Amino acid sequence: MAEQYSTSENPIHRINAWLRSDAPDSIFQARCQRFYFNWLEFKSNPIALLGFLIILVLVLISIFAPWITGGDGLKQDLSQRLLPPSSKYWFGTDGFGRDIFDRIIWGSRITLFIVGLVGIIVVPIGMLIGTIAGYLGGWVDNVLMRFTDIFLAFPRLILALAFVSALGPGLGNAVLAIALTTWSPFARIARAETLTIRNAEHIMAAQVQGASTGRILLYHITPLCLSSMIVRLTLDMAGIILTAAGLGFLGLGAQPPLPEWGAMISAGRQFLVDQWWVATIPGIAILTVSMGFNLLGDGLRDVLDPRSGE
Amino acid sequence: MSSPSSSGGSGNRSFPPPILLKIFNIIFTLVLTLLGLTAVTFIIGRVMPVDPVVAIVGDRASKEVYDAMFLELGLDKSILEQYFIFLKKTLHGDFGKSIGTARPVLDDLLHFFPATLELATIATFLGILFGVPMGVIAAVKQGKWIDHVVRVIGLFGYSVPIFWLALVGLLVFYARLEWLPGPGRIEVYYDGIVDPITGVILIDSAWQGEWEVFENAFSHLILPSLMLATFALAYIARMTRSFMLDQLSQEYVLTARVKGLSELSVIWRHAFRNVLVQLITIIGLTYASLLEGSVLTETVFSWPGIGQYITSSLFNADMNAVIGGTVVVGICFVGINMISDFLYKMVDPRTR
Repeated sequence: MAEQYSTSENPIHRINAWLRSDAPDSIFQARCQRFYFNWLEFKSNPIALLGFLIILVLVLISIFAPWITGGDGLKQDLSQRLLPPSSKYWFGTDGFGRDIFDRIIWGSRITLFIVGLVGIIVVPIGMLIGTIAGYLGGWVDNVLMRFTDIFLAFPRLILALAFVSALGPGLGNAVLAIALTTWSPFARIARAETLTIRNAEHIMAAQVQGASTGRILLYHITPLCLSSMIVRLTLDMAGIILTAAGLGFLGLGAQPPLPEWGAMISAGRQFLVDQWWVATIPGIAILTVSMGFNLLGDGLRDVLDPRSGE
Repeated sequence: MSSPSSSGGSGNRSFPPPILLKIFNIIFTLVLTLLGLTAVTFIIGRVMPVDPVVAIVGDRASKEVYDAMFLELGLDKSILEQYFIFLKKTLHGDFGKSIGTARPVLDDLLHFFPATLELATIATFLGILFGVPMGVIAAVKQGKWIDHVVRVIGLFGYSVPIFWLALVGLLVFYARLEWLPGPGRIEVYYDGIVDPITGVILIDSAWQGEWEVFENAFSHLILPSLMLATFALAYIARMTRSFMLDQLSQEYVLTARVKGLSELSVIWRHAFRNVLVQLITIIGLTYASLLEGSVLTETVFSWPGIGQYITSSLFNADMNAVIGGTVVVGICFVGINMISDFLYKMVDPRTR
């Protein structure tokens, strides 16, 4: 089998054959293959692909924000206040004469910062608590899951509000508050996954070899939980974005003059009747991105988590 | 989520009977959750950067006044002791005085809560009214255009920032078309005509026969409740659809069809009956999340509910009000979830 895919002259054919070989020679090849077949399945779902494209555009926009806008989205020009959308200002200007298009572009960085940071905080915490509870079982499981259930039962938005009010308004505190109210479902999922693989043969093999609990959790259980965590995180992204925007709207999230989309809507409220674009356009941006994450999450779930598919 | 298959092994009769055990378990969880909730809100109150003494006596008070208030608030005791005092007061409904309104927080909460309840209840009702049939139809016509329409509506309801949608709704239906009244719960000149018996204006005005007030209050409710219902509708429709798909693929549905029952009977009397049980939980969850989710909608519509009370207190550093509001909303949230969970377990024989 090994020679079979190295005979063709065309490199693309060779890569293709390498990816499709049913007897991979290395772990790397096997991983590439799995990724490739998942991608093929994902690609065949146009709706999921749309979600992927939206998020891709979001990432690209936030990376290339300085080149797209040529400014920082903060430059005020009071002679250009509240201009309607035109060829010069695609989305019009706001109450300080700032280009709304520029601010939307720069705001994508804040949005990505929020969802990224929440994800980085929430997944490890959920993973740690969930895998320990699921793997050790007994009273540890009981205590940890009771603790998780308490957080699961909390009203998330109100609690995030109270947290932010206690810590003081600001982007970082908003992220912290959202993370504190978001981690619990991740612990639940990690525990459920751990329970199903706890008695698998490869875990037993590791135990017999004398691997420590920490090692088993980190190297043998965590990687297997990862895919369902990613699916859940993607599906949660929309909720995180909406909560963050809500906090920004109330004035508890990112502070002015930062171009956070929720705060921009809030600033546009006073011009709502006569200058509709100031409040409306940031909302469309939020809607698009959270829709993108929802679509992507649905698609990823179908590929990575076949059990919960429809 | 697939319906859980009943697990064996609990068939033998034992003492205490399983149902009692289950009830005990639910109560235990409820108490634990509420303890956790109060503990977290208590901690939030402690880390608040505002000095609670200064917030009451002001920063010009003399040292003696400050110290007296410091002792009165019990700040000299240990944190654990303070928590127990807080817990005891909470149990008695004593959340202290609000700085903003200079009234006991509990009175404020009782005053503002009915408005939120009215809004969330009607929104949930709207969500059920439209969401359930939409979900059922989408499941029955899976893959057809109507299914796609329902899924797109669901996706929209999931993804849209409600406060933004509410603003757009105000812009279109109030400012431009002038079909519906603007923010607020009732027109100023109708204010105070109806005695607040329940606090829910619709009920009060109907009870006292003030139909003009009723009509005005109703027209004020349409836009906020519709906007708030967007999420409920999306969630309920989506869950109903997936539950129905689950049921329709079961063998008993096939049996019913083979027996020659009409499609209507198969869908509504067989499949939907089983979905109904699962829907209880979903509706409970929706209701609870709307109660807290109304915070943003209330802000947009200047709706004098608990959400607006909490947010306006936040900016006044009115700690008692924030904590009291959070505890009350939290208790409602936890309570509704527990009740729906309990109902589910009672109604569905498979979970017994």
